[in-house]
Amino acid sequence: MSRKPFKRSYRAAGLILALLVFLLLPRFLSPAWLGVTNDVGLYAVLALSLNIILGNCGLFHMGHAAFYAVGAYTAAILNTMYGIPILWLMPVAGLLSAIFALIVARPIIHLRGDYLLVVTIGIVEIVRIALVNDVFGLTGGSNGIFGISRPVLFGFRISRPQHFHYLIWGYVAISAFLFHLLDNSRFGRALKYIKQDEVAAEGNGINTTHYKQAAFVLGAFWAGMTGTIFAAKMTIISPESFSFWESVLLFAIVILGGSGNIFGVLLGAFLIIGLPEAFRDFADARMLIFGAAMMVMMIFRPKGILPPRMRHYNVQSLLGRFPQIINRHISGDTENRQPQSAGDAS
Amino acid sequence: MSLLRLNNLTKTFGGLVAVAGVSFTVSEGSVVGLIGPNGAGKTTVFNLITGNYKPDSGEIFFGDRSIKNLPTHKIVELGIARTFQSIRLFQEMTAIENVLAGCHCRMRSGLFSSMFHTPGQRLEERKALERAMRELAFVGLEDEHDNQAKNLSYGNQRLLEIARALATEPRFIILDEPAGSMNDPETAELIRLIMAIRKRGITILLIEHDMGLVMKVCEKLVVLEYGAVIAEGTPAEIKANPRVIEAYLGADSGEI
Repeated sequence: MSRKPFKRSYRAAGLILALLVFLLLPRFLSPAWLGVTNDVGLYAVLALSLNIILGNCGLFHMGHAAFYAVGAYTAAILNTMYGIPILWLMPVAGLLSAIFALIVARPIIHLRGDYLLVVTIGIVEIVRIALVNDVFGLTGGSNGIFGISRPVLFGFRISRPQHFHYLIWGYVAISAFLFHLLDNSRFGRALKYIKQDEVAAEGNGINTTHYKQAAFVLGAFWAGMTGTIFAAKMTIISPESFSFWESVLLFAIVILGGSGNIFGVLLGAFLIIGLPEAFRDFADARMLIFGAAMMVMMIFRPKGILPPRMRHYNVQSLLGRFPQIINRHISGDTENRQPQSAGDAS
Repeated sequence: MSLLRLNNLTKTFGGLVAVAGVSFTVSEGSVVGLIGPNGAGKTTVFNLITGNYKPDSGEIFFGDRSIKNLPTHKIVELGIARTFQSIRLFQEMTAIENVLAGCHCRMRSGLFSSMFHTPGQRLEERKALERAMRELAFVGLEDEHDNQAKNLSYGNQRLLEIARALATEPRFIILDEPAGSMNDPETAELIRLIMAIRKRGITILLIEHDMGLVMKVCEKLVVLEYGAVIAEGTPAEIKANPRVIEAYLGADSGEI
């Protein structure tokens, strides 16, 4: 208990530092480097949304780019055809992506482990091929869609990398915070129980099918919203941005960083998206180094760089309102517990 | 009035008939033991009641409702809780978080309130935590609440499973070999715990190989052999039943 205040001030200092970096980074980085950190931010949110499915619920989903693509194309089509402001389209794109996830996840949700992995790879390929083939005449084939408008926030037109820095990393911060709250709730716990032991979870009254599907839908919703920002940042989107490789990268970020740990996933995004850019000078050799680094990681830290932490419940402080219950039980030994339980029954 | 009624229940796995026309009833407020040699189909009967398996034929009534086609989590919600023969705790989590799993089905907060920690959600969390702590204290594990489940002794892991099952607020609890891997003092404590559960008005059905425990806590025994009920009655009747002695207790019958 005495560790608690120290831990809290530690965390506060970390948050202030993160805020300073967030505010001041555009002053110190060139626009080209900001482009890299913006990419890291987008991948970070995507990986956080995949983390709900893969990290928290333990479902091997390697087709996350499909949900990202549905969101990005929804926003791009509605924006270029009807001129709806791109940021307004975020919830719409998220919703469409979520509906798509609901439809495709329903028949495959009962599949386990590697079987699910193979089917989700199939989904992302089907989506990519559908986009290349100009499905419904809306997606522009392999050329994609161009002329997507820039986002406008409170009358301010966001167009330069330093503007996007604030938009993207603000969005990362909000997403990470909401996912953190979700982790510590009935919903978040249900996903963790399913990951650890599905039979025990179902046997204790958790509707496992429902929660697995909800994880897919929520992850897809967030990926769809992120697709909107991606479309606005690029102003042009094409099927090659949503290839199987993107799904593999996201999968790697979650597994390498630490599945189920939000900070681990953020760190993973920096390592997998940021580091290869830093080593661009090595050109061809960088993928070799990258691959070797992944192998070393998986051997020495198979649960990721930052494995999920066990949640501690501070029973005393949370139950401050009901001290008599805890005190009675903790002080009571076995002998006087029995009459008490008789009292419970009456 | 009978709380649980099995009617001619049958389950086969390929060519193996695991449960062959089992019928028995459990009356409200009683403690019933299901005994029989290894492989007699006891755990299969449990898995049929809790919906882990679907019966090939026959009926299962809980109260006056047929539950044989309901999914497991619905059956738990109706008020049937269980523990597992091979301990199935969430090993990486703390004891209290394990018990919170049982509270899940009595909680209501959904995705939105979970994500935004609405006032209602926070109140519900606090109540669930209180409930979980109370169940931990009930089985005597309040001091272990912050320890990882995998670090508890086997006896305590069994108790934790019972606490988790009780947190679902059941009317009926199924214990699959609760005294397995317990030593004598732990078993004595378990007997008192079973009595305390019963005093709360919860009906109990248990599988157990520890005959001392079974004879002490059960008022009715059902004996299974090769998937069929061969005897049913009070412990005294079962002890005297020649069919049971021959089939199950064998030469060791003198011990009980």
